[in-house]
Amino acid sequence: MEPIHEITLTVDGEQTTRRVTARRSLADFLREDLGLTGTHVGCEQGVCGACTVRFNGEQIRACLMFAVQADGARVDTVEGLTETGDLTRLQEAFHRNNALQCGFCTPGMLIAASDLLIRNPDPDREEIRAGLSGNYCRCTGYHAIVDAVAEAAQNGKEAEQ
Amino acid sequence: MSEKPPLSVLDRPNSYIGRSVPRPNARRLLAGRGQYPTDMVLPRMVHVAFARSPFAHARIRSIDTEAARAAPGVVAVATGADIARLCKPWVGTLDHFAGMKSPPQYPLAMEKATWQGEPVVAVVAESRAEAEDALELLDIDYEELTPVTDPETALDPATPVIHEDLGDNLCFSSRVDAGDVDAAFADADLVVEEEFHFPRHTGVTLEPRVITADYDPSEERLTAYHGSQTPYQMQDVYARHLGLAEENVRVLCKDLGGAFGIKLHVHGEEMTTCALSMMLGRPVKWVADRLESFVSDIHARDHRVRARMAVTAEGRIVGFDVDDLTGVGPYSVFPRTSAVEGNQVIKLVGAPYAIEHYRAALKVVLQNKNVMSQYRAVGHPIAFAVTESLVDKAAAELDMDPVAIRRANYVPDDAYPYKTASGMAYEQLSLQQSLDRLVEFIDYEGLRREQAQLREKGVYRGIGLGTFVEITAPGAAFYGVGGARISAQDGCSMKLEPSGRVQLAISINELGQGTETIVAQVAATELGVSMEDIRVTTGDTGSTPYGGAAWASRAAAIGSEATVRAARALRENILEVAGAVLQEAPADLDIRDGQIVGRESGEERLSVAEVGRVGYFRPDTLPPDFHPQLSVVRHYAPQGLPFAFTNGIHASYVEVDVETGGVTLLKHWVVEDCGRVLNPKLVEEQARGGVAQGIGMALFEECLYSEEGQLTNASLADYLVPLSSELPDIHVTHVETPTQYSEIGAKGAGEAGTAASPGAIMNAVNDALRPLGARVSAMPMTPERILTALGRI
Repeated sequence: MEPIHEITLTVDGEQTTRRVTARRSLADFLREDLGLTGTHVGCEQGVCGACTVRFNGEQIRACLMFAVQADGARVDTVEGLTETGDLTRLQEAFHRNNALQCGFCTPGMLIAASDLLIRNPDPDREEIRAGLSGNYCRCTGYHAIVDAVAEAAQNGKEAEQ
Repeated sequence: MSEKPPLSVLDRPNSYIGRSVPRPNARRLLAGRGQYPTDMVLPRMVHVAFARSPFAHARIRSIDTEAARAAPGVVAVATGADIARLCKPWVGTLDHFAGMKSPPQYPLAMEKATWQGEPVVAVVAESRAEAEDALELLDIDYEELTPVTDPETALDPATPVIHEDLGDNLCFSSRVDAGDVDAAFADADLVVEEEFHFPRHTGVTLEPRVITADYDPSEERLTAYHGSQTPYQMQDVYARHLGLAEENVRVLCKDLGGAFGIKLHVHGEEMTTCALSMMLGRPVKWVADRLESFVSDIHARDHRVRARMAVTAEGRIVGFDVDDLTGVGPYSVFPRTSAVEGNQVIKLVGAPYAIEHYRAALKVVLQNKNVMSQYRAVGHPIAFAVTESLVDKAAAELDMDPVAIRRANYVPDDAYPYKTASGMAYEQLSLQQSLDRLVEFIDYEGLRREQAQLREKGVYRGIGLGTFVEITAPGAAFYGVGGARISAQDGCSMKLEPSGRVQLAISINELGQGTETIVAQVAATELGVSMEDIRVTTGDTGSTPYGGAAWASRAAAIGSEATVRAARALRENILEVAGAVLQEAPADLDIRDGQIVGRESGEERLSVAEVGRVGYFRPDTLPPDFHPQLSVVRHYAPQGLPFAFTNGIHASYVEVDVETGGVTLLKHWVVEDCGRVLNPKLVEEQARGGVAQGIGMALFEECLYSEEGQLTNASLADYLVPLSSELPDIHVTHVETPTQYSEIGAKGAGEAGTAASPGAIMNAVNDALRPLGARVSAMPMTPERILTALGRI
C-alpha cells in the first residue's frame, strides 16, 4: 500500500482535512477529492495554464504541485473566487466580449487575468498579451480575451474614481 | 384591409437575427460550472490506461499480462484479441471513393503494431495511477519491422508493404482533368511553379479525448459520456460494432473542451473503453493524457504539393496543374476516411478563379505514423496557400499588384451560378466585393506606402493576401452517398412549458461556437418571445432529435432552418389554442413579446403563459376533440447544391527579422461572407479562432517524426501552440450573400479563418523577403526555414 498523508488546508475559504497519497497532484486533489471541477487539466506539465489557481494569493499551476505540499496553505479556485466576487468584473467582460468558446481554458485564464490586473491595474494590449502568455486558448485567437481584460481594467478604473 | 402575414422569420418584429447577443450558456463556463466529460464520476467507476507500441512498425510476438493482473487495484487486463471478441473491426473507406482501400482496424493492435503510440494492451484499475503502475509490469515482446515513414518512397517496390493483404501502400488516388491543360501551358506566356510542403500538425484540443462508458447488463444498455462532436454517429458506431441495439445506446456530451474536427473520428481507445465496460458491467473512464493525445488523436495535413499555373502576359490566369502527395497513417480513419482532405485539395486549388484548364492528381499513401484525418478547414489551407502563393508569384513576375491580378481573375460577382473546372457548383459568391472591402478595410495603399518607407530603413515588412472559397453545410454528398451512416439532416424539437416558456432540443451540438445561442435567437424571433424564455438542450442522443451534429460548419446553416420550422409549427399550435380560448381565427392572431396579440391591431389579448395553463391544465374549457399540440419536432435537410460555398479574403501584415529569421505578425484582417449573419460577434470569433489555428500551421505547429517513425515533440512544451503574446489583433468584417436555398440564408463560418490565413501569411513573408531574393514554400515558416531561404545557414 502506498503511504497516506493527512493534510489540512483552506480551499475557497473552507478548512478541509483529507488523506492523500504522496503522488496526488493538487489539481487532481481539487477535482477528484473535493469535486471542484472548475480547475481543468490540459497538459499535466505546467504548460497550458488550464489548472491555474491561487495558492496563498499567488497564481500557480495546480498540476505542478502535490497535494501534500498544500498542507496548511490557502487555495482559491474559480468556484471560490466566483463566490467572493473577485472575478465578477472579468467574468462580465468576458461574457460581453465572448472571450471564451469551449470554456476549458477560461477558469485558468480568469485567474491569470485577475493576477495581471492586481499587479498592473491599467495594462495596454501588449501587456495583457504578455500577462496571459502562460495560458493556452485554442478557440478564440485571444483577441476577444484581450478586449475583455482591457474592458475589465477600464471598468475597474472607473469604479475606483 | 388585412395586413399580410409575415412571410418569413426575417420579417418578424423584435428580431434577434443579426444581433450580437452574448451566449447565455457562457455564464456557467465562466463560473467554473461547466460539465465537461473529463469531470464525469459514476459509482463503481474504474479507470483504463493503455500500453502503446514503442515502435512504428513491429510484430507482436507475445504479451505476458500475469504480473499486471496481480498488481494492486487492477480489475482487468485486455489484449487486442480480448477486445476483438466484443468489438467488430472497422474499415475506413467510402464507396464513392473508387478504388480506395484500407484494412480492417481493431480497437487494439492484433498481430502487428503499425504506429508508435498505437494502443496494444488495456489495463483497468481502481485508479488511473494504479492502472499506469500496472502498465509497467506488462511484458510485450515486439519484433521490430522496417517502418514506412516517407510518403515519397511509400510506393517504391523496395519499400515494405504495411498491410500485405492490400498489395501496396496506396490508400487512394484520384484525378481531375478539365479543358486542355497541356495546350494551355504550352501556349502560356508565363508558367509559375513551386513545390510546397505542409507537414503534419494536430488539433490540440485543450480538453483531451475522453469517455466514460457505463454498460448496464440488466438492460443491455450502454451510456457513453463521450467528448464527441458527433454523438449520433457514435451511437451508430457503438451499436453496430459492439453488437448493441441502437436504441439501447445513449451518447451524451454537454460541454466539450475543444473539438475542431478531432472529436468526430473513431479511435480505438473509446471503442476499447466501451468494450471493457461491457466486459466488467461497470463504468470505465478513459482520459487521454497529453502524450497520448499527440500519439493517438488524428493528425492533419502532411501534403507535398507540386503545382504550376499558366498565365498570359496580361496577367490572365488560364490553368493549374497540381500534384498532391499526402501521407496518412497505417489505416484510413473510420468512418470519414483519410482521403477527404486530399480530395478537397485537388478540387479547391484555383477555386476563386475563372479558369478553364485544370488538372490535379492525388495520391494518398499509408505510413507507419499516427492516423490522419479531417481537422478544421479540411484541405482548404493547403489548396489556398498553393493557389494564392502562385498568384503572387505570377504578379511579381509580371510586375502587377497582387490586388489587381486577383480582381482581374476572380470568378466575377455577376457570373453566378458558376461551375468550376474541377466540377464544383457555386450558387453565388462575392469575391470581387470582398476584395474591394478588404482594400478599404486595411487601407491597402497606406500599408504599401508604409512598407516602402520602412524598407528604405532596412525593415522588411510584407503584405499577403489569401482568398478562400469555403465548403460548408454539406448535404449527403460528403459521407451519406459513400455509404457512411452520418446524418446529413438535423432535427429540432420544442415544447411549450405551462409557464409559457419553451424547451428546445436540437441535434446540432454546442462546441463553444454558439449553437445554443443562435438557435435560441432564431426560435425566439419566430415564436415572438424573449430569448430568456428559451432553454436549449443539446448533446444527448437520448433526448434530442436525430441528426448530424456539429462538423463542416453546418450548425448555423442547417440548425437555424430546423429551428425556424419547429418554432413556426409551435407558434401556429399556440395560436390555435389561443384562437379557441378567444373564439377568434388563429390567422388573426400573432405572438409578440410573449403575448398573444391581434395580428393587425397589435393589441394584447392573452399571454403565452395563459395558453400553457389552459392547454395543459384546463383542456376541458376548450372545444370538444380539441387536443392542444404544444410539443413539435421539425427536421431540415440541406437543399439545392451539395455544399453551401462561402468566400472571403484575408490579409496579413508581417515583419521579418532577416538576422534571426523571426516573423512578427503585426495585424491580420478577414473579410468573410457566410451568407446571413445570425450573430456577428459569434461569426467574428469563429474567424478569429480559425485564424489562430491557421497561424499555428503557418509559423509554429509541426509533428516532428524521426526516420524511424518516432514522434519527437509529443508534449505541449515541445509542440508550439500559438500564445497570446505571439498573435496579432485580428480584425473581421462581413459581406452578406445569403443562400437562396434556405429561408434564413445562413451558410457556414467555421472554416473561414483557417482556410486562408496560412496562405496569406506565407504571401506576406515572401513579400517581405522578395527584395532579398529569398522565398519559402514550406510550413511552418520557422526561423530556421527562413534563414535557410536567405542563405544564412
